[in-house]
Amino acid sequence: MKKIRYSMLAFIGLVLVFTGCNDAGKSSNGALSSGAAEKVYVAPGEQDEFYAFLSGGYSGNLTVYGLPSGRMFKEIPVFSQFPTSGYGYSEETKPMLNTSFGFVPWDDLHHPDISQTNGELDGRWIFVNGNNTPRIARVSLSTFETEEIIEVPNSAGNHSSSFITENTEYVVAGTRFSVPVPQRDMPINEYKGNFKGALSFISVAPDNGRMNLEFQLLMPGFNYDLSRPGRGKSHGWFFFSTYNTEEANSLLEVMASQNDKDFIAAVNWKKIEEYVKNGGGTKMPTNYAHNVYDEESHTGTSTMIKEVVTVDPTKVPGSLYFLPTPKSPHGCDVDPSGAYIIGSGKLSADITVHSFDKMLDAIENEKFDGEAYGIPILNFEDVLAGTVKSGGLGPLHTEFDANGNAYTTFFISSEVVKWNVGTWEVLDRKPTYYSVGHLMIPGGNSRKPFGKYLVAMNKITKDRYLPTGPEMEHSAQIYDISGEKMELIYDFPTHGEPHYAAGCPAELLASKSQKIYRLDENKHKYATLGANDARVERNGNEVHIYMSTIRSHFTPDNIEGVKVGDKVYFHITNQEQDFDVPHGFSIIGQNTSELLVMPGQTKTSVWEPKKVGVWPFYCTDFCSALHQEMQGYVRVSPANSNIDLSWSLGE
Amino acid sequence: MKKASIIMIIGPLFLLGLYIFPLWNIMLGAPQYPEPLGMNIHIDGIQGVSEFDIQNIDGLNHYIGMRKLPKPEDMWEFTAFPLVIGGMVALGVLIGILGFFEKLNYKWFMGWFVFMSILGILGMYDFNAWMVDYGTNLDPNAIMKLTNPDGTPISYKPPLFGHAKMLNFDVTSLPSTGAWMMFAGMMLTVGAFFMGKRAWKPKSKTASVVPLKVKTNDK
Repeated sequence: MKKIRYSMLAFIGLVLVFTGCNDAGKSSNGALSSGAAEKVYVAPGEQDEFYAFLSGGYSGNLTVYGLPSGRMFKEIPVFSQFPTSGYGYSEETKPMLNTSFGFVPWDDLHHPDISQTNGELDGRWIFVNGNNTPRIARVSLSTFETEEIIEVPNSAGNHSSSFITENTEYVVAGTRFSVPVPQRDMPINEYKGNFKGALSFISVAPDNGRMNLEFQLLMPGFNYDLSRPGRGKSHGWFFFSTYNTEEANSLLEVMASQNDKDFIAAVNWKKIEEYVKNGGGTKMPTNYAHNVYDEESHTGTSTMIKEVVTVDPTKVPGSLYFLPTPKSPHGCDVDPSGAYIIGSGKLSADITVHSFDKMLDAIENEKFDGEAYGIPILNFEDVLAGTVKSGGLGPLHTEFDANGNAYTTFFISSEVVKWNVGTWEVLDRKPTYYSVGHLMIPGGNSRKPFGKYLVAMNKITKDRYLPTGPEMEHSAQIYDISGEKMELIYDFPTHGEPHYAAGCPAELLASKSQKIYRLDENKHKYATLGANDARVERNGNEVHIYMSTIRSHFTPDNIEGVKVGDKVYFHITNQEQDFDVPHGFSIIGQNTSELLVMPGQTKTSVWEPKKVGVWPFYCTDFCSALHQEMQGYVRVSPANSNIDLSWSLGE
Repeated sequence: MKKASIIMIIGPLFLLGLYIFPLWNIMLGAPQYPEPLGMNIHIDGIQGVSEFDIQNIDGLNHYIGMRKLPKPEDMWEFTAFPLVIGGMVALGVLIGILGFFEKLNYKWFMGWFVFMSILGILGMYDFNAWMVDYGTNLDPNAIMKLTNPDGTPISYKPPLFGHAKMLNFDVTSLPSTGAWMMFAGMMLTVGAFFMGKRAWKPKSKTASVVPLKVKTNDK
């Protein structure tokens, strides 16, 4: 009995001890999570520390977020029609989506990259790629609008794009699919040896960003997956990961996974640039669209270009080498110093790191391990800097902080792994939710990373948020990486399917973000500069309505003399010169979309009235207290009527 | 007297600041305008604090039926004020110079100050009258017709000096750099007057009288 009592006492004592421990544990957890809350909390009226530009994947657009709050600020229409603003529906922006295949109203946007000077982010433009119908777009970082889209000929699945060289000399676009170049009718199973992979170098004019396709390297028919510029000491080189060096044309899942090693292609673009400058390369007939949006005329124009310079790399000695890289590499990342090229074999547990110095040495001393289509393959061991024994599975992409650490995502094991560049030692690992693809550290693809936050963009959402049926937005996580260990601090849904993203400090962009377009600089052909200029003109069956908007009326707002069968152009000019006072325009039966017209801007919507009657139009943007009064009528008469055009306001 | 005269020359020159800097500033902040709209009232016209502020203030004023803010040619004051200020600067400097050569005495300094003050008060009176007119003489077909509890129409006259709440706007009206320079210049002329007064006594006739008196007192 005594014994039992003692053991009871002992048990109670133990319970107390454990309870005590539990309490302590709980309170420390509480402190930890409240610490995370403080880290991501941006108080009302306060602003974020960083901009983050997340690709929208199959939305075709680019989304702008703040870090660390994860709040979305804007969706920038790039490759997809966007009824919210009328992009791709308005007469001015339809040309932006023109291609050699005609009007393509959609694309798959993957890899944003911010312009750089001396390898550091300069915040002038952001470049993005359309994966499906190969295109590269340039988005202004003062207006946050798409300014230019260039189609990439001879390319298919524009995936190893749109990465820039360290002074934004070029934006580079590599093909994922190899295809017949030029395209022709041939059996698919004659792929091997006949198809080509085009790597395109598009120059960027330093003053206005204007793009020009300078040359294309016609490579062996592999799949070119991702790419990165050399920087610092490796500036002048560009690195592309490849898969399907087997050159399979069917069941690639199996057939393209047979070689133990594929390649990272190292391209000395300076050599090729010089070769082309000296008249090298072949001018090949082709056809591709170059679409430019002019900020002053608020109008896009599309020009078809009929020729491209192609370069056979074997004709330029020393311009191209293959670095064997295990297990179908996906990510191909260069560290901030430019000394290391990281290849992530997506079927591997390990990360392969090549040394740029060793590569130069191997080239000089011809440490070759054969060749492929006349291109030297460097000996794997002679270029290898190290292997990161990660303990994870399925490495994809690597970004860097400013302290010599690298962070690699693992799709299969669903985690981010932090490791040291140089010792290749794993320092930390944190799970992601779930199956992370790309990650982004602001400046993480430059010489100067801002290693405070890491954003992991996941492919699978499942139970992270309240369920919304079978289809959900993708999830992303923010980690604080300022300490030794990564700390998960936030989880937020993203729009479309973010692949890569780019980020930069807020102060790089915030102060130069444009507030209005100047009316006195509006050079639109159909601008209405002042309400006195408002009018209606007929030209055959085309009716041009020069309409102005100001809080809270359209001028004119009563229009008569329009007939069934007319093609009516509403040219809307917003007279406001006040920040954040857009006006919208919509009319019943509009077969396009509404227009959202920014202060000082002109946009045009075409309306083809099919029914006789008096049809209303109105402002779609709640512009003022009298927004609801901002409306008008168009009288549509039968096609054979002879009612004269007339227009008025306040009569 | 020489020192006082030099100050009398410098003082009126401060008024030249009015040709560069605004006399008055009125700022209008509201929930929708975290960066307030503002107008700077110069002696020769009204300018926006930011480029499009005047246009945007006019845009807002049209709801309550206010007339557009005047352009320089709409008001005689914007032509007259620069001439008056120029004249007063010239007069003040002239008085100072004549004082320097002892052609006139310190009382003229005070005379200039009083004259300038009267003109200033007249100017303020005129400015206030203009604001009353603008704030109360409204379009009868105005979009928004608001009344006080007693049924009289609301006045949108901005305060001459200080802060007032007008509908959703916080209106702050204060003298600006030009006015402060004018104020400083005028104070200098007052200083010149007192310096001149002090320097005047021991000089000229009284100067020889005083020691005489002292002597008499001693004995």
